[in-house]
Amino acid sequence: MSHHVIPRRVYFVIAALLMVLLVATAWVAEYDLGAYSVVAALAIALVKALLVILYFMEVRTSGRLSWIVAGAGFFWLLILIALTMSDVLTRTAVTLPAE
Amino acid sequence: MAESATALAHQFDDLEQQREAGYLGMWTFLVTEILFFGGIFTGYTAYRALYPEAFAIGSHHLDYWLGTINTAVLILSSLTMALAVHASQLGRRRPLAGFLIATMVLGAAFLGVKWFEYAHKFQTGWIPGPDFAYTGPHAPQVELFVSFYFALTGMHALHMVVGLGILTVLLVQAWHGKFSPEYHSPVVVSGLYWHFVDIVWIFLYPLLYLIGAHH
Amino acid sequence: MNSKNPALVTPSPAQEPEPREHYLNASYGIRSWLLTKDHKRIALLFLASITFFFFIGGLFALMIRLELMTPPGDLFTAATYNRLFTMHGVIMIFFFLIPSIPAVLGNFLVPMMIGARDLAFPRLNLLSWYIYSIGGLFSMIVVLTGGVDTGWTFYTPYSSTYSNSQVALTVVGVFITGFSSILTGLNFIVTIHKMRAPGLTWFRLPLFIWAHYSTSIIMVLGTPVVAIALLLVGLERLLHIGIFDPRLGGDPILFQHLFWFYSHPAVYIMILPAMGVISEVITCFAHKRLFGYNFVAAAAVAIAVLGFLVWGHHMFVSGQSLYAGMIFSFLSFLVAVPSAIKVFNWTATLYKGQIIYSTPMLYAFGFIGLFTMGGLTGLFLATLGVNIHVHDTYFIIAHFHYIMVGGAVMAYLGGIHYWWPKISGKLYPEGWGRLAALIVFIGFNLTFFPQFILGYLGMPRRYHAYPDEFVVLNVMSTAGATILGVGYLLPLVYLIWSMRYGKSAGSNPWNAKGLEWQTSSPPPTENFPITPVVTEEAYNYTPEQVGHG
Repeated sequence: MSHHVIPRRVYFVIAALLMVLLVATAWVAEYDLGAYSVVAALAIALVKALLVILYFMEVRTSGRLSWIVAGAGFFWLLILIALTMSDVLTRTAVTLPAE
Repeated sequence: MAESATALAHQFDDLEQQREAGYLGMWTFLVTEILFFGGIFTGYTAYRALYPEAFAIGSHHLDYWLGTINTAVLILSSLTMALAVHASQLGRRRPLAGFLIATMVLGAAFLGVKWFEYAHKFQTGWIPGPDFAYTGPHAPQVELFVSFYFALTGMHALHMVVGLGILTVLLVQAWHGKFSPEYHSPVVVSGLYWHFVDIVWIFLYPLLYLIGAHH
Repeated sequence: MNSKNPALVTPSPAQEPEPREHYLNASYGIRSWLLTKDHKRIALLFLASITFFFFIGGLFALMIRLELMTPPGDLFTAATYNRLFTMHGVIMIFFFLIPSIPAVLGNFLVPMMIGARDLAFPRLNLLSWYIYSIGGLFSMIVVLTGGVDTGWTFYTPYSSTYSNSQVALTVVGVFITGFSSILTGLNFIVTIHKMRAPGLTWFRLPLFIWAHYSTSIIMVLGTPVVAIALLLVGLERLLHIGIFDPRLGGDPILFQHLFWFYSHPAVYIMILPAMGVISEVITCFAHKRLFGYNFVAAAAVAIAVLGFLVWGHHMFVSGQSLYAGMIFSFLSFLVAVPSAIKVFNWTATLYKGQIIYSTPMLYAFGFIGLFTMGGLTGLFLATLGVNIHVHDTYFIIAHFHYIMVGGAVMAYLGGIHYWWPKISGKLYPEGWGRLAALIVFIGFNLTFFPQFILGYLGMPRRYHAYPDEFVVLNVMSTAGATILGVGYLLPLVYLIWSMRYGKSAGSNPWNAKGLEWQTSSPPPTENFPITPVVTEEAYNYTPEQVGHG
């Protein structure tokens, strides 16, 4: 982790951006985009999360290891969700063969 | 300087190593939290895919405004927390204490709103169990949604309470002048925890409050 | 010195005097142990606790094997039998195997092997032991209040709705103990990243460290998911928050996904540290550099990563989608590759080595053979068609006991013997050590090989009665278990005996490479009077005259 002190105005800018994105989230939710509503909502949430991680949590200035650690956590969660959904979404009704 | 010397734990060679270890340690812990909440998110994902209408019904019964306000409150609290960390990096004791208090007030406000939401659920019988009040279409799956609502927001609220406890300890230490530009990693590390709890809510908000088109 | 047969050399007593002050006598009294921050003392606290739970779990095994000596279910009712095998599994897995090598040998050796004074977070380390003990207390309460009957796998909806046993207490106990594992893993990751001695680059690290690093990754990424899975089961039981309840449209298989996402990598938590021990023991007693160091290190990480992609192979017959089953089957074949690479490399290390048949080396030989058998049978199980035939039979039981007992426990015992001189400052009696190792090996094979046959012939697991035609194999298995028990009791006796009456070991009785052998036995509290500087590769053995201590 660096000794580098991030200037305060950066935090204010990020907070303002987060508020704007919050409004965007609420606004997007008013439209029925079908299955893409959740994609849009998660995409905006991801951007917000990245802003918090990179700036508030100072990962942007903290060296490669924190990127890897933080990234690994989210990536592993993706593995859990993806492989679980590979089961949930592909189940078919099992029928017995006609006698 | 003597202050910093006594702050060095015996297993470390210097304060820089100690600070890096603390930062990496807290990030490693936060990774466990990602997977911990992630387990519930996985269940949520499965059921939302299986029961989209029920989840929309459940979501419509949540208070959209309270959820949005609470999200804004937490974003603000992350700002004040970052400013607190900044103050500690520059050795400014009073601003540090002030921003810690501001963060705690915002955190308490969040919990106050949640309390209000939960009380409303209790009053209207929207509690999972044999007496679940909703009997309309997809009622059993709406009950599932409400179970996830309580599991996710309850676990999150628990983490907020712990966060408030941590901030209280920090505040007392800060007020007694424990931190300096050379030694302030407890503030940084607590900040990481607080921001993480904010990030969890950033995902919870749209997933719980914004399912199905809202007006 | 035994110049007649160098292979049977017994370490001779130390020429150097025993250190006057070391970590064991640096302070006295129970408070100095219960409030210690010294990783070596914490390791011993764990040693005591897990030994206790090993024998409790063993008692349950004994009761199981007693029942299975005869075909009818005549010793226990089926309901009681369900509790016996469940408690055996829960205690052996969560309270013995998962902590064993990491919390005892890992805690003791990780700082020493990297030249550090302690782990990164000594107080978290002590907290880890207290958390483990509290979880252990819960499990003992469960044992004393009737036990739990769901199987160690806690499948829903039986565990969440229908079971009348101590499910809630058990899941709370396991939940709590999980945090012990998480804290250990966290501590190791930070320590290995940030506290290596000068000159100790990643690729000079002992493979024991690579193994524990990989294990720690699994502990940190996997444990939280089983924690939440069990917590949700507890919530469903206590508060009717019915996430897995099929009456609401809940999916019991979802529980299995969350459970096995951890519990499959958990088996790598159990085997990776064992593999780390084996790498240390084999290089020492073949007096040879490890063949293919880079490959073995990479294989450890590969096992940790790939191990997270295969959990569905426990669920082929659960109702999981066939397509998911095919994906998991394919990935399960892949995960065998890094394990095989390690076995090849250990074998190549032995080739043309100057082999000494010490007790730890005997355990290592046992490990290589038995782990390989257990691992290969895993490939049978990864095959969808075969799995349908042998799932829930004794074939599965034999498979995982070959790896967990023939593999992990033998490596654990080998490691305890190998580092015993360092930990206690004493030599254990080598003759008894070798005898016990042999008894363990014989007892193990007699216990579990018949179970492969039984399973393939169709004997189901978790049943307290079986058809008459299986009786001979079952009696053999029970006889083997008795022998195995004797083999386990022997070290308990002679290791404790050696603490008082054993010969002084000296800093390096095995003439091994590795930083831990550069300091006295027992080590001083701060491990090294001055931080060592590392200038050579790991296992920098050169061929030499065999036969000195």
